[in-house]
Amino acid sequence: MSVEVWTTIFVLISFILYLYIGWSSRVRDSKGFYVAGQGVPSLANGAATAADWMSAASFISMAGLISFLGYDGSIYLMGWTGGYVLLALLLAPYLRKFGKYTVPDFVGDRYYSNIARLVAVVAAIFVSLTYVAGQMRGVGIVFSRFLQVNIETGVVIGMVIVGFFAVLGGMKGITWTQVAQYVVLIFAFLIPAIAISLLLTGNPIPQVSFPFGDIIPKLNQIQTDLGFQEYTQPFVNKSMLDVLFITIALMVGTAGLPHVIVRFYTVPDVRAARYSAGWALLFIALLYTTAPALASFARYNLITTLHDQPIQEVRQLDWANKWEQTGLLAFDDKNQDGRFQLTPDPETNEITIDRDIIVLSTPEVAKLAPWVIALVAAGGLAAALSTASGLLLVISSSVAHDVYYRMINPGASESLRVMVGRIMVGFAIAIAGYFGVNPPGFVAQVVAFAFGLAAASFFPVIILGVFDKRTNREGAIAGMIVGLAFTMFYILGVKFYNMEPWFFGVSAEGIGTLGMILNFIVTFGVSRVTPPPPESVQRLVEELRTPGDEPPAIEEVGEEYLD
Amino acid sequence: MNQDSQERHQAYWRANTKLIITLLLIWAFVSLGCGILLVPVLNNISLGNVPLGFWFAQQGSIYVFVILIFVYAHQMDKLDRKYNINRRD
Repeated sequence: MSVEVWTTIFVLISFILYLYIGWSSRVRDSKGFYVAGQGVPSLANGAATAADWMSAASFISMAGLISFLGYDGSIYLMGWTGGYVLLALLLAPYLRKFGKYTVPDFVGDRYYSNIARLVAVVAAIFVSLTYVAGQMRGVGIVFSRFLQVNIETGVVIGMVIVGFFAVLGGMKGITWTQVAQYVVLIFAFLIPAIAISLLLTGNPIPQVSFPFGDIIPKLNQIQTDLGFQEYTQPFVNKSMLDVLFITIALMVGTAGLPHVIVRFYTVPDVRAARYSAGWALLFIALLYTTAPALASFARYNLITTLHDQPIQEVRQLDWANKWEQTGLLAFDDKNQDGRFQLTPDPETNEITIDRDIIVLSTPEVAKLAPWVIALVAAGGLAAALSTASGLLLVISSSVAHDVYYRMINPGASESLRVMVGRIMVGFAIAIAGYFGVNPPGFVAQVVAFAFGLAAASFFPVIILGVFDKRTNREGAIAGMIVGLAFTMFYILGVKFYNMEPWFFGVSAEGIGTLGMILNFIVTFGVSRVTPPPPESVQRLVEELRTPGDEPPAIEEVGEEYLD
Repeated sequence: MNQDSQERHQAYWRANTKLIITLLLIWAFVSLGCGILLVPVLNNISLGNVPLGFWFAQQGSIYVFVILIFVYAHQMDKLDRKYNINRRD
């Protein structure tokens, strides 16, 4: 059977599975809709968080980025995993104890202020919208490459699927489909990685063959021969300070992303929140420790397959022709010697490889069976859809819960709240779809925003909200505004107005770290010179710090607790 | 909240923050330290066939992250029991 037939079968089966799960976990009450009834076991929540977190970028682009950046690609590996330690130790247990539905809920209640709530809502919507546009685009790309439908149709199909389980099942539907999507995406990522590891090193485990196989020394040698820097050479593209700042911004940004934080509201208790952060990172680490191996193996394999090979031989490679049609792979025999050469100099380089094809093309380059290629396509879709659904729920709950219920109509009935939630999910999907079909040219550039802004806005006020009782409304609002304004100014300036990265050459991606530090200083300082928070808020903080000292609220008492 | 329970809670919170600080120091050391700041030095040592600093940055630190979270969850279970913080299970 051909790759297309296999892909159609895999994609159809996985979509039917998601639809079935969505249908069987439909909900009627707001607690089910927003936080899955707070009944998700920690292991399942770990898998759901992993799928929620690992986006089309993690699945499709990250290994490719690393394979082009070498050591400097580590910013993504450490940055996108290290944040979970911060989450597990500093945020998740306390936010779960708080027990409400969203991040703005916490900010608004802890800082007894609707202004603080509104700032948090705006930041949450902005961060999530930036992120979701890229996901729908990813869905479109996978469809167009593997099923030869056009990108627009692919985006619409993706919208219908996500819409079905998100509108019906809210957080509960999303959670259980994410668990299924994790399984699909991790198999899709690991199987080709194991195959190429076995092929190149004779050892099937990428985590072992990466340090102990001989590919890295060989790759270093090839890179040097071709005139590139060694693959393992640090600080080639970025200075040490920049690498440090970007890594911290990504770590802290991860811990501050609303769609990741809300996942910890869905578990039964504080203890489950702690463990589920561990499971989440373990599941993520499976992919993230495989990615650097895949990155180096794929680069080695691509170079040895393409570099200095006669044109006729390259032309016979089916995958090379197909990728060439998408424009993501390009050949140009500039010196007319009948062979294609890869060089660091754009003047003489004859092979142009887009980093996005590294993961998607690996099974073909390594001559794996067609069903493996199809599985990778299904995995890419799972990664994009799972992240998109988590983000859409955050956007919907920010409007339906934080703005409509908490600020406009606090007397809304249960059924009205759920209905507004469903309508907002539908609305958010339409916007995301629009951006997927008509991607704003600046999408790639504004991704720096999502992390920088999350780091500079939420993270400091949540941490201080738990660990410093004296932090008050004035401090939090001032801190969030200073952090957001500074980070926005710097990123906009550097990305769009040719501003010099004047802070020691730190790039736009890393400036969120400085924004976060400013936020911490301002929040702490302003809090000290303005009146302390009211007694009731200080008691709330005391309560957050102890896992389960008072009896659970009435509706939370399930039969299992009544012994 | 009576006197005794208040003291118990404060002791629990102190033990918790101490544990957090210890684990975060390890977290910063393996990632920001071994993975970035000390890379030029550590790269003189090899793990298998790759430079040690490079390995820490691409795989090693991630293993440590996972271990740190489970250590925290496990130690907090002990603290919950020691200070008799009631749980609902």
